[in-house]
Amino acid sequence: MTPDELSEIAETERESQKRFKHRVNVCLAAGCVSCQSQAVKDALDKDISRRGWGEHCQAKGVGCMGLCAEGPLVSTGTTIGNERLYKRVGAADAAEILDSLEGPLVSRLHCATDVPFFQRQKKIVLENSGVIDPERIEDYIAAEGYYALIRAVTEMTPREVVEEVMKSGLRGRGGAGYPTGLKWSTVAKSFGTQKFVICNADEGDPGAFMDRSVLESDPHRVLEGMLIAAYAVGSSDGYIYVRAEYPLAIKRLRAAIRQAERAGLLGANICGTRFSFKIDLRLGAGAFVCGEETALIASVEGKRGTPRARPPYPAMQGLLGQPTLINNVETFANVPPIVRNGGDWYAQIGTEKSKGTKVFALAGRVQNTGLVEVPMGITLREMVFEIGGGIPDGRKFKAVQTGGPSGGCLPTEALDQPVDYESLARLGSIMGSGGMIVIDESSCMVDVAKYFMDFCMTESCGKCTPCRVGTYQMHRILSSITNMTATPEDLAMLEEFCDLLKHTSLCGLGQSAPNPVVSTLKSFAAEYKAHIEDHTCPAGVCGKAPGGERA
Amino acid sequence: MSPQSGAKTLKIDGRDFGARPDETILDVARENKIFIPRMCELDGLSTVGACRLCLVEVKGSNKLLPSCVTQVEEGMEVTTSSQRLDHYRRMIVELLFSERNHVCSVCVSNGHCELQNMAQKLGITHVRFPYRNPKLDVDASHDRFVMDHNRCILCTRCVRVCDEIEGAHTWDIMGRGVEAKVITDLNQPWGSSETCTGCGKCVHVCPTGALSEKGRSVAEMEKRRNFLPYLTLMREEHE
Repeated sequence: MTPDELSEIAETERESQKRFKHRVNVCLAAGCVSCQSQAVKDALDKDISRRGWGEHCQAKGVGCMGLCAEGPLVSTGTTIGNERLYKRVGAADAAEILDSLEGPLVSRLHCATDVPFFQRQKKIVLENSGVIDPERIEDYIAAEGYYALIRAVTEMTPREVVEEVMKSGLRGRGGAGYPTGLKWSTVAKSFGTQKFVICNADEGDPGAFMDRSVLESDPHRVLEGMLIAAYAVGSSDGYIYVRAEYPLAIKRLRAAIRQAERAGLLGANICGTRFSFKIDLRLGAGAFVCGEETALIASVEGKRGTPRARPPYPAMQGLLGQPTLINNVETFANVPPIVRNGGDWYAQIGTEKSKGTKVFALAGRVQNTGLVEVPMGITLREMVFEIGGGIPDGRKFKAVQTGGPSGGCLPTEALDQPVDYESLARLGSIMGSGGMIVIDESSCMVDVAKYFMDFCMTESCGKCTPCRVGTYQMHRILSSITNMTATPEDLAMLEEFCDLLKHTSLCGLGQSAPNPVVSTLKSFAAEYKAHIEDHTCPAGVCGKAPGGERA
Repeated sequence: MSPQSGAKTLKIDGRDFGARPDETILDVARENKIFIPRMCELDGLSTVGACRLCLVEVKGSNKLLPSCVTQVEEGMEVTTSSQRLDHYRRMIVELLFSERNHVCSVCVSNGHCELQNMAQKLGITHVRFPYRNPKLDVDASHDRFVMDHNRCILCTRCVRVCDEIEGAHTWDIMGRGVEAKVITDLNQPWGSSETCTGCGKCVHVCPTGALSEKGRSVAEMEKRRNFLPYLTLMREEHE
């Protein structure tokens, strides 16, 4: 494919889209599909053909529109700023929506978009989500897709691409926040007979679904990001390691890879240059630890997914002992706009040390659960009370949990702190991959800590002693606290284990497993004390059922 | 040392040593009779850094590093023993005791057990955590050997010796976390394994009484490990 051919495809696609006076977009990402959005799309299709509107009206399946709590979501209108968003749409509402296209909106289903949930977002990674049809490469190309790739391979040297990413200040979106440009330049300079690029799509934090949404809503963007990375570091083989629990994402990725290959954007001699790259999928078998890069590599190699000691880092010795670049889905999804608009443009967004935007999966006790993309540096209060719409049922906010089982619980006092890598780390949590779970007064923080410890215990791979047995012992102590049978000595022992696991575990899973305990001990010590000394649970959660076990 | 020779000099516990660049901290310590506690490492097998007993402090690093897999660097200053390290090591050994059913008084390896010796060396008098007491099997289906999962500490020496030295790869691990266990072939009785050659290397590298020869009673199972460095050395000479 040449730049001219790409423009031609984009032009043709735009022309064919123009002929539709009306468009009805139906969310076909997993959240809305699970509440029957496919039936809504089918009903719309049927009604459009029954009315003979096929020439000027189109029902289009698109990706995630964000407000998952109110799904299935449908939007109408073809011009930006002029759309109408409908929530909780059923198949029976199809005719009414079509009737309203030229008249007043259906107020019964209308969802206001002039609220902070939509207005406070800044979409870079999700710019195409809910707009384009994720199953058609032409739609992605019409939205300026693959321009960045063609620009990179035809106009830029690999070194210039790395420099652009360095300039952008982009940091790894998988959780640790390692500078992406630095990683790329290390892999580019590592010596190997072959180099690999791996996309980590083994999203496993409870309540997190950012990567799934990106893959379901805009799979080509991830492929384009990987292609640019491969060109920059000199790789010819790539893998996407995606968990088997994401069937829709896998289906759309497979289709996207086929389409890109057919279009000559993936495969041998891309754009007539010497650059060749192919991408294969590898499906994860449901082990959380396989999100850790060395365990992921072992799994791709067909071995048992257990981590190994670093160094050597994958950038030097990764897959099959060769230099390997591993980035998260969202990191790759940030790359095409960076190459398209320049690193300086990206570096304007966000805070001094955390550039750009971050996608969060808002979940838990908050009005607007769903997927949001915000500029770095937004405060937790804005996230929870403005974008999230506050706590439902008139309850009081208690904590917000970021970073999944490796993160921590932040109390009310932390609400005015900005969301960036450094601030969250200073507060005793982590940015993580973007899960954000809001907790209200009806939850017991010891119980929350126990939940995450249970998760770490069952997901520990069992290789190193502190994580394998330590998580078991910590879970046992937390259970005795929620059973009201713990003593002050148990609490001291719990703290000893926090210290042991953090400093002696082999990989990030064990090292960060104590974080939910450490952060709740720091901010909610009174709750622990009430369980141990007064044998009561302030939230009324623990010790309800006979035998001391939680109901 | 001149840069051409590639050799490195480092300090371990305040003493200066020379080392080849491909050596680990543990290699240098062992050569110079400095004891670093360890359970999963065995001279002659690949290293996995799993037991975490051999963690050492390295000046300038805020992390503790596993000496068995950390390569030496020029000017490194290593501390192999400190109050903090000893505290962690004791806790790790206590965790190993609490994990399964280690009852020395009825164990074939009593008096010759690396776990027992390690506890003595680290001055452990009690295990402060409650025992898990899992119900685990004993596999006595093999003609000559017994596998008692109650005494296994998941060091994976048997897995590695069978794969790397014998070349049979009869042993492997199944399950996750505290439920992980060593298995033969596809989790079938050892006696029915089609890959096992009956060489007994796994039995002799096992640090505890988990793998033993049949017919041994309490304290009668002494392991012979010396074959391993010899075997590796002989093979290296032939290569």
